[in-house]
Amino acid sequence: MGNKVLMKGNEAIAESAIRAGCRHYFGYPITPQTEVAAYMAKRMPKIGGTFLQAESEIAAINMVYGVAATGRRVMTSSSSPGVSLKQEGISYIAGSDLPALIVNVQRGGPGLGGIQPSQSDYFQATKGGGHGDYHLIVLAPSSVQEMADMTALAFDLADRYLMPVMLLADGTIGQMMEPVELPEAREPQFAEKDWAVTGTKGRREHHIVNSLYLVPEQLEQKNFERFERYARIEREEARFESFMMEDAEICVVAFGIAARVSKNAVMAARREGLKVGMIRPITLWPFPSAALAEAAKTVKGFLSVELSMGQMIEDVKLAVSCSRPVSLCRRTGGMIMSPDEVLAKIRETAGGNE
Amino acid sequence: MVVFEKPKSLTDAEFHYCPGCTHGIIHRLVAEAIDALGIEGRAIGVAPVGCAVMAYNYFACDMVEAAHGRAPAVATGIKRSLPENIVFTYQGDGDLASIGMAETVHAATRNENITVIFVNNAIYGMTGGQMAPTSLPGQVTQTSPYGRDVSVAGYPVKVAELLSSLDGPEFIARVAVNNVKNVKNAKKIIEKAFQNQIDGKGFSLVEVISSCPTNWGMTPDKALAWVEEKMIPYYPLGVFKDKTAEQEEKKA
Repeated sequence: MGNKVLMKGNEAIAESAIRAGCRHYFGYPITPQTEVAAYMAKRMPKIGGTFLQAESEIAAINMVYGVAATGRRVMTSSSSPGVSLKQEGISYIAGSDLPALIVNVQRGGPGLGGIQPSQSDYFQATKGGGHGDYHLIVLAPSSVQEMADMTALAFDLADRYLMPVMLLADGTIGQMMEPVELPEAREPQFAEKDWAVTGTKGRREHHIVNSLYLVPEQLEQKNFERFERYARIEREEARFESFMMEDAEICVVAFGIAARVSKNAVMAARREGLKVGMIRPITLWPFPSAALAEAAKTVKGFLSVELSMGQMIEDVKLAVSCSRPVSLCRRTGGMIMSPDEVLAKIRETAGGNE
Repeated sequence: MVVFEKPKSLTDAEFHYCPGCTHGIIHRLVAEAIDALGIEGRAIGVAPVGCAVMAYNYFACDMVEAAHGRAPAVATGIKRSLPENIVFTYQGDGDLASIGMAETVHAATRNENITVIFVNNAIYGMTGGQMAPTSLPGQVTQTSPYGRDVSVAGYPVKVAELLSSLDGPEFIARVAVNNVKNVKNAKKIIEKAFQNQIDGKGFSLVEVISSCPTNWGMTPDKALAWVEEKMIPYYPLGVFKDKTAEQEEKKA
């Protein structure tokens, strides 16, 4: 067991990234993720890394693209409006099959929205965000510990599958402090990759990092190949936490900070004798559909708890093929539901099925 | 004895450029500079969106295709990751001076140690001849069919002059490739822009006044004459900023 330290969620991301061997960070100031950049600005120059405050989120993600093309670990972080600006670059990174980490510490939207926590970028993160046929692996931490663990995991997944990975956090987890055991430090890997641009050194054909395929048959083939990889990820990488589901008749589905709130509500409902459990998606893409489909065989209904007008609920309904009623507990615009609000919805859902 | 051959830094791929287009000359000058400096093994190029979008097929070094206007940001990432490599971008006027202006200005002001080849032909070629940020006042294009009206569309951007007002960049020059004399000078200046990077001096941009017979609706020779008569008077050639030379002058 390592030592636990008290850290903000945003700082845990930054420290964990460095420990995962990331030596290049590009960002642009935006609340509520600024601590990531501030931490990187302090640490990177001391360890021979790059911290660069870019002229825009657009520039930052394209700097990420440049480093990713050289085969090194690289990341950027932002919050909702800034992540919207990054979508073009994310599409190019996905289209060029490059690994990278993008952190979104979400705030309320649309537009300039607000600076309070939100989960309303679920669609953007899981359904594409930018143009074209692609996915990101989307990880949803619900504690400062998971901010650290999933940052390390994100880099490994990005390298394994050669694709961008998004850490989809929110302002609450970004700002709050919790004890965290940081992952072990790993040295940056400089292994030559057979696709990276590093200079031919006159010893090989030139490498081209590119997402342009003007011959439609070729582009279709590229997309087919990418989606074969995605299919494997859907089979092998869906992650979730199951909580009190053994005898559950109601299944709460919630991720991130909403899952923290919901857990309290589930326990309160249990004290009232209601048979309630929770499935917490840890990967939002791939969505743990199989786990929900399995639960649908035994539970009477689902309750999607989200800090949005209801986005993940669509994936819950798809996962259970609408075989069970799926209701919604939602707050939006930077508001967070209380455990009592979730409990009231659990009671409603339970009552509606009797 | 070989008196003329293809530079090593160009592949055998056939250029897709229109007849009379000067991109071919500029590609060759860049490749010759890379050859002359012996940096082909460590060069990494960044291609733009626009007519030179497929430059990654023509340069024999490692290449990255950037989104429209983002080449200086992509090059920044590459250079920060691999400071020993020689990183260049090859961009047109819409790419560099319109959609990518922020990336251009900020790479320059950071004195990012990269080389930028900026091809200014006063038009969007790839999309079929629309008005560019560098189209001349009165110039007829698909999207300025009555001639560029500066009261509506504003004035052309003089990139070399604009960037040379910054404290950051090492070297800013404008050249043309419309005649042998200018091509020879362009070759010298482009080589210097790469040498500066090798020497760690910083951001070097060469604006190359180029022609686009197809979209200007001219024969190639008329287009070269138009460069001489219309473009060069508006976009004067020369070295606009050379920090090292300025410092040496001060010392002397």
